[in-house]
Amino acid sequence: MDKFLAPGHRACAGCSMPTVINLILDAAGPNTVVATPTGCIEVTTTPYPESAWRVPWIHSLFENAAAVASGIEAAFKHFGKKHNVFVIAGDGSTLDIGMGCISGMFDRGHNVKYVCYDNEAYMNTGVQRSSSTPPCTSTTTTPSGRVSFGNPRPKKDMPAIAVAHKVPYVATASVAYPVDLRRKVKRAISIPGPAYIQVNAPCITGWSFEAGTTVEIARLAVETCLWPLYEYVNGELAGVKKIHVKRPVEDYLKAQGRYRHLFRMKGGEEMIRVLQQMADENARKFGLLYEGDLTCTSGE
Amino acid sequence: MKMMAKEELSLKERMARMKVVEGSYAVANAVKCCSPDVICAYPITPQTHIVEHLSQFVADGELDSEFLTVDSEFSAMSSLVGASAAGARCYSSTSSQGLALMWEVLYNASGMRLPIVMTVANRALSAPLNIWNDQQDSVGARDSGWIQLYAEDVQEAADAIPQAYKIAEDPEILTPVMVCMDGFILTHVYEPVELLSVEEVERFLPPYRPKHILDPENPKTFGAFADPSYFTELRYMQWEAHRRALKKIETVAREFAEQFGRWYGGLIDTYQADDAEVVIVTMGSVIGTIKDCIDEMRSEGLKVGLVKIRSYRPFPTEALRKALKDAEVVAVIEKDVTVGNEGALLTDLKAALYNTPTRIPVIGFPAGLGGRDITVRDIRRVVDKTIAARDTGIESEMEFLGLREDLL
Repeated sequence: MDKFLAPGHRACAGCSMPTVINLILDAAGPNTVVATPTGCIEVTTTPYPESAWRVPWIHSLFENAAAVASGIEAAFKHFGKKHNVFVIAGDGSTLDIGMGCISGMFDRGHNVKYVCYDNEAYMNTGVQRSSSTPPCTSTTTTPSGRVSFGNPRPKKDMPAIAVAHKVPYVATASVAYPVDLRRKVKRAISIPGPAYIQVNAPCITGWSFEAGTTVEIARLAVETCLWPLYEYVNGELAGVKKIHVKRPVEDYLKAQGRYRHLFRMKGGEEMIRVLQQMADENARKFGLLYEGDLTCTSGE
Repeated sequence: MKMMAKEELSLKERMARMKVVEGSYAVANAVKCCSPDVICAYPITPQTHIVEHLSQFVADGELDSEFLTVDSEFSAMSSLVGASAAGARCYSSTSSQGLALMWEVLYNASGMRLPIVMTVANRALSAPLNIWNDQQDSVGARDSGWIQLYAEDVQEAADAIPQAYKIAEDPEILTPVMVCMDGFILTHVYEPVELLSVEEVERFLPPYRPKHILDPENPKTFGAFADPSYFTELRYMQWEAHRRALKKIETVAREFAEQFGRWYGGLIDTYQADDAEVVIVTMGSVIGTIKDCIDEMRSEGLKVGLVKIRSYRPFPTEALRKALKDAEVVAVIEKDVTVGNEGALLTDLKAALYNTPTRIPVIGFPAGLGGRDITVRDIRRVVDKTIAARDTGIESEMEFLGLREDLL
């Protein structure tokens, strides 16, 4: 079957975003309308007069995709049309500049499925920090330096914010787990009302990793428990992806240029320990490990 | 120009149809008669009563619209962008800071050629915070690509709504329209109005059947980005649509007059302007005061007339050139000022006359800022200053009308 995002788009080789989009649309099917904010998706898929989209697609501004989708959904409701309405948006537009519009969309209970592909910084403008950037990450606005380990702040917990809005379906997903992602998209569609899914989506230029390892990097995020896979239904934790062998965070960090400084700077080990504690806390909070499971302590 | 309805009603019949209502109610009723599919509402004084009335119509089952109580004016206009792209007839209203918060979306909606209609209840922009009327808000949005119509009274503000949809939704235009009405002065005043009815408006306004919508049966891309090799042409097409709107606004005003018997001018209207030596150019509710004042001055033998700007965007350059060709001097009264230059309408009007043989003094008066009353005495002062400019030369090109020297 043809992909809903046609080949020939201009995304970087090794970018996870087109894969995420095609997984979403493959699960959602052709009866779907997509709203996207300004960002990598829009600039790589719709250079006028070309478009890679084989479903109806709209881009308005950077911070308003959730509001645009609200309007689309309201119009469809008025006309008695039954189409899936999706937002597919990056983390900058979701967690930062579009936060008000998303809160409004959640609050009004629109039947809009919002998917944030999270590459943890403003990649389209050149890797600036967003509120989704994890601590100790070097970005172009939180660079590591003689007196800095990079981003000093924790990652904003957007799924928790969605749960706090009483969004009936909230989940995290990963490009490395396509079956899980597709299942979650289908589940989101099956539950009326808003849904929020945040997908870990490595960015080859922003994270600086070896070409061809995109999915491996995303899998490491899950296996280290830095990116827990879970879903909330009506405010209750309804499922997690268990980890067979928990990997140390170093395995994930050392594969990426954005954490290179942690292995070179004095005091870097302490920062890695902090990140390990975050992963351990995720494992505990979400129950990611099987009883008696091994935690891998060496690099491999 | 006098336009009479085909089905002419006697004065008595028309009086019987009139109801004393609040300006906001008359506007909300006009919106109801246009049956918008999606309405977005966010409260801001002095616009709020309009959407309150609309929400009551929805609550009472008189209006079948999706009514979104959005989280901001920014969201209001953004949601309408989505709804309009999905094929919905859309409405919102706002004022001042709300319009400012929409700024980014205004350009987007017009660039995407979405025929949204919005009432702007004109109000001053902060700082200092001020909830009262001037027109700085919408005048500041003059470059946003929206058509801007300015209403003189409540009846016009209401009647302009179906006209606005008819203009906006024309496939040759496809451009959003702002209907601007002075906040409080028109939104909160109670006056006798002929209320529109759904049946009448249905005869006037064809249903909205857009050619391009978000439809999975026929997938289309909305809002692609355009690089330098395409951008200019897309902007040019918007500019062309405004050129076509110059004609369309006139046509629609005529059609409205033919059916309803009410005429407010097309792009402009004139009052006692044919033989006027001194012409005042302005827009909005101050026109009523000016007309009264002109009547007084005419009885004293002063040849004063008025040109009312109804369409500020597109700017009625040709109509103004024609209307002012025999004037001896022109005064612009406007409820805005471009800090660092002069009143925006003054600049526009002078520019319109520049490449013509009409070589007359044109002077400007920012007035009524932040809701200060514009009195008959103020208008008299404008006329005195304007006559002096004609007779003894321009002393100052612009004067803040009613400036309180004691506070400076």
